[in-house]
This record gives sequence, C-alpha cells and structure tokens, in this order.
Amino acid sequence: MVTIVFFIFKAVPGDEAQMMAGATASQVDIDLLRTRLGLDQPLLTQYGTRMLGLVQGNLGYSSTFRGNPLPHILSRLPATLALATAAILVTVVLGIPAGVLAAVRQRSWLDYSLSLLVVGLLAIPNFWLGMMLVIVLSVEWRILPSFGFTGWASLVMPTMALSARLVALVTRMTRGVVIDELGKDYIRTARAKGVAEFAVISHHLLRNAMIPTLTIIGLETGYLLGGSVVVERIFAWPGIGDLLVNAIGARDFTLVQGITVVFVVGFLLVNLIVELLYLALNPRLRHA
Amino acid sequence: MPEAQVGPVMPFSGTRRRFNLPLWIGIFLLGVYVFVAVFGPLLAPYDPNAQDLIGVLEAPSAAHPMGTDQIGRDILARLIVGTRFTLSAALLAVAISSAIGVTLGLVAGYAGGPVDAGITGLVDLLLTIPSLILAIAVASVIGAGMTGLVVATTASFVPRLARLIRGRVLEIREEDFIQAAIASGTRRAKILRRHILPNAMTIVIIETSLLAGQAVLVGAALGFLGLGVQPPAPEWGTMLGAGREFIEVAPHLVVAPGIAISLLVFAFNLFGDGLRDHLDPRQNI
Repeated sequence: MVTIVFFIFKAVPGDEAQMMAGATASQVDIDLLRTRLGLDQPLLTQYGTRMLGLVQGNLGYSSTFRGNPLPHILSRLPATLALATAAILVTVVLGIPAGVLAAVRQRSWLDYSLSLLVVGLLAIPNFWLGMMLVIVLSVEWRILPSFGFTGWASLVMPTMALSARLVALVTRMTRGVVIDELGKDYIRTARAKGVAEFAVISHHLLRNAMIPTLTIIGLETGYLLGGSVVVERIFAWPGIGDLLVNAIGARDFTLVQGITVVFVVGFLLVNLIVELLYLALNPRLRHA
Repeated sequence: MPEAQVGPVMPFSGTRRRFNLPLWIGIFLLGVYVFVAVFGPLLAPYDPNAQDLIGVLEAPSAAHPMGTDQIGRDILARLIVGTRFTLSAALLAVAISSAIGVTLGLVAGYAGGPVDAGITGLVDLLLTIPSLILAIAVASVIGAGMTGLVVATTASFVPRLARLIRGRVLEIREEDFIQAAIASGTRRAKILRRHILPNAMTIVIIETSLLAGQAVLVGAALGFLGLGVQPPAPEWGTMLGAGREFIEVAPHLVVAPGIAISLLVFAFNLFGDGLRDHLDPRQNI
C-alpha cells in the first residue's frame, strides 16, 4: 500500500526539489534541497530509506513543517476522529429507527416519504449540503458558528453534512433487512407467545438488523474519510483532511503521502473493529 | 441485449414487470441533461465568460434569472454551458473504468491461479485507499484539469468494478453451459466473449449507471477543492468552490450549481435503481 503511494508520487512529472523550493529559488538552493531530501539518490535507495523511516515513525522531510510531519498529523487527528465518530453516532441514532419505522409501516406515506428522503440525500454532494447549512443556520438564523472549532456547537453542521449519506444508506438497508426478518419464524414465535410488538422489534429484531448497519459503516469508512476532507475544508475544521488540501496546495508531497498513509491505517482499523463487532453481534460467526 | 439470455442465469419473469416509474423519471431527466449538454451554447442567454464588472454578485432578477457571479458573469449561462463538462467527465470516467475494470475482472475470474492472485492482490490493495483520497492524490499528481479529473475518477472506480466482475465471473464459470462450451472445444477467448461477458453484462450496466452518479459527485468534489476543471471553464464543482468565499453576501452563487449537481446524481441513481429492478428482479428488496 505504502509502496503504491510512494510510486504514485514518484510518477509526478517535473523536478520534485524544484517544485518544493518554489519558482523563485536559485539553482544552488534547489540542489541543496535535493541533496538534503536524498532525491539525488537512485529510486530504489530512496524507496528503501522511505520504508526504513516509516518503520521508525519518520515520514520524511515535509516542506510545510520543515521536518518530519508525523507529530503535526497526529496532533490534528483528534478533530477528524471526533467528526467521524459523531457522524457514525448520528447515523446509528437516526438511520436505524428510520429504517425500522419505514419497514413496520411498509407502503404507507411515511415509508414513501422516507424513501424519497433517502434518494434525495444520496444525490446531494456533502460539501454542498454543508454550504446550504451554513447559509441557513449561520448566515440567516445565526444559531451556529460557521467555521473553525469554538466549542461543541461547531461540531453540529460538519456532522450533519458528513452523515447525510450514511444515514440514507443505513435507513434503506435497515428497511430492507427488517422487512426480510419480519417474515421469519422467530418473530412469529415471539408474537405467538404474547411479546408486545415493541419488544419484538427492540429485543428480537434489532440485534439482527444491526449487522447490515455495521456492513455499511465498514464499506463506507472510505467515504467517511474522503468526505471528511471536503467537509473539513468548508468548515475550516482543524483535522487532517484540511491539512491534506493545504499540503496539495503547497505541493508538499511528503505530507500528502503521510496523510494518505494515516487515512489508510484508519480505514484498516475501522474495518478491523467492524469485524470484531460482527462477532459480538452474531455468536454463530465465532465458530466459523 | 439479446445475448444476455444465452444462459439460464437470468430468469425473466414477465408477470413481475410493472411500470417502472424511477427508471422513466431517470431516463427523462438524463435526456434533459444530455440535451442541454449538446446544445448548451445555443441555449445560454449570455456568453458564459462575458464579464460585467458593474453588475457583480447581483441577486436573481428578470435579466439574470440566477443572478451574476463575482465578476458579473451570468450564472444561468454558466450553468447551462457547464453541463457538458460535468456530464462528459462523468461518462468518460465511467466508460474507461468499466472497460479496464471489466477486463481485469474477466481475466482474474476466469484465469484463476497466479493471474487471479496478482490482480486480486492489487485490487485489494487499492481498495484500502479511500476512493476520494485516491482521486485527490491522483489528481494532485497529474495536475488539475479535465485529464486529471477523468484519470482520478477512473482510478478510484477500477478496483471496485474489477472486484465485482470477478465475483460474478466466478459464479458464471460454474454454470453448466460454460462446462458444455469447454467440453465442445470452444476457445477460451470465445467463451469469455460469447458466454461469460453477456451474462456479466447486466451487473456491469447496473453498476456503471450507479457509478456515473458517484463520478459526478467525485468530479464536483475535486472541482470544489480546485483540482478539477480549471476556471474560467464553467464546471459546476469549480463554480461551487469559487462561490464559497461569497457565501455570506451572495448565497445564490452556490445554490444553483448544487441543485444542478444533485439533480444529475439523482437522475443517475433513479436510472440505475430502476434498471436493476427491470433487469434483475431477484435483487428487488
């Protein structure tokens, strides 16, 4: 993976040292920078040095931070994690009940309007949704801060923008699964022995309906991380997505590579957690 | 698509086919977009790049139904002419990525062995990079512009398609009619072309129409970040990125392009969902 990232960036046309030094730098400065970055070494040597550094937690020389960017990336990580966690929470809290409701009241006006909402939310770009929220909630009504981090209220709009797609996907998936599950024997048994309908759903059905939600969160982690880049941009959220955009603007490829690696590690970690939660929710899988 | 019925994998049940409203709404909306994309410059009320430095950031009025932007260009005209950028970038990316993805998937799924292991390994590796991050990385490497946009979007779609097709091919390969074709001495290339591809086509068509919507979103996001089609070209994502600075004084700058994007994605999604119901009633949840 890191290998791929390394070679993608080596494919950049043009002289890396020159781009980093900027248009006004003299040839002496460029040569100096090239030697310092080790860019005058053969490609494989560079690759070896990079890999060795990575193992030691050194991502290389970032022109933005004039050194190893890892501490700076890590210091921005909590903001991104807070945003992603909030988005997942909102998704679970809104998406599952909405899906269950739509399934229980299948083919009602509620079901149809929820379906319409889902299709609508899937079509709206998250960053545009973010901007619309800013226009309505910050500019017109002035009830929420529009950018930066100034307390927990700042988290509301970025979370809404980021979670919209996930809420829509989870609602749709939960609806489908609940409709499937409602027809199964264990539901009929529970009803037959006199369990109240609410308890049938909350105790018996929901545990099974949680699994597809997990699947979606696992599959969409990539979206969550990618989406955070754009959403952080709009709200000037001090996370690593915002840092990534700045790094691209500054042509600081060491930093871009470093952040990409952090994103990938995050992606793998979330999927690992999802796998573990599968086991927690479905005992049958423990023996598989 | 008459070849699709070569094998027994697609049992069409005529009785279940109702009038497919989403499909037709999708077709209608896409038709409108294609029309606007083709005849854009003829339909636009103004030159999309004509500046009017006296009438900047004007709110919507009779003369400018959607207002003017920060250098006095008519937003409606830019929106109309911009349709072709957004649409062609999305369609091109989907076409190229499905050509590559289908080929990789077919080869990996049918060849098996080390070829499969190699392709699958690479695809799995690429899948660990979030697609928008991959697109951003590729676009920043190639440089902002139409080429960068299309290559970036393509790169982020190929792994998904390849994996999907490979899975489908593995299923099809076990069908009796493939065994029959092998037994009767049909050449490998012909089996792939005549028997496997048509049966995998349904899933390709459905997936690509849904991916087209994603391509519009990725393209808009890249444009918004300044990595897409470059100004002054009136691409919608780029317009959103430029309008962001004026969001407090002139919100109309970002409202219209966003609606245009959303409606296009909506159309592709309806089309894809409708197509799935139409072609593959078994997956109907």
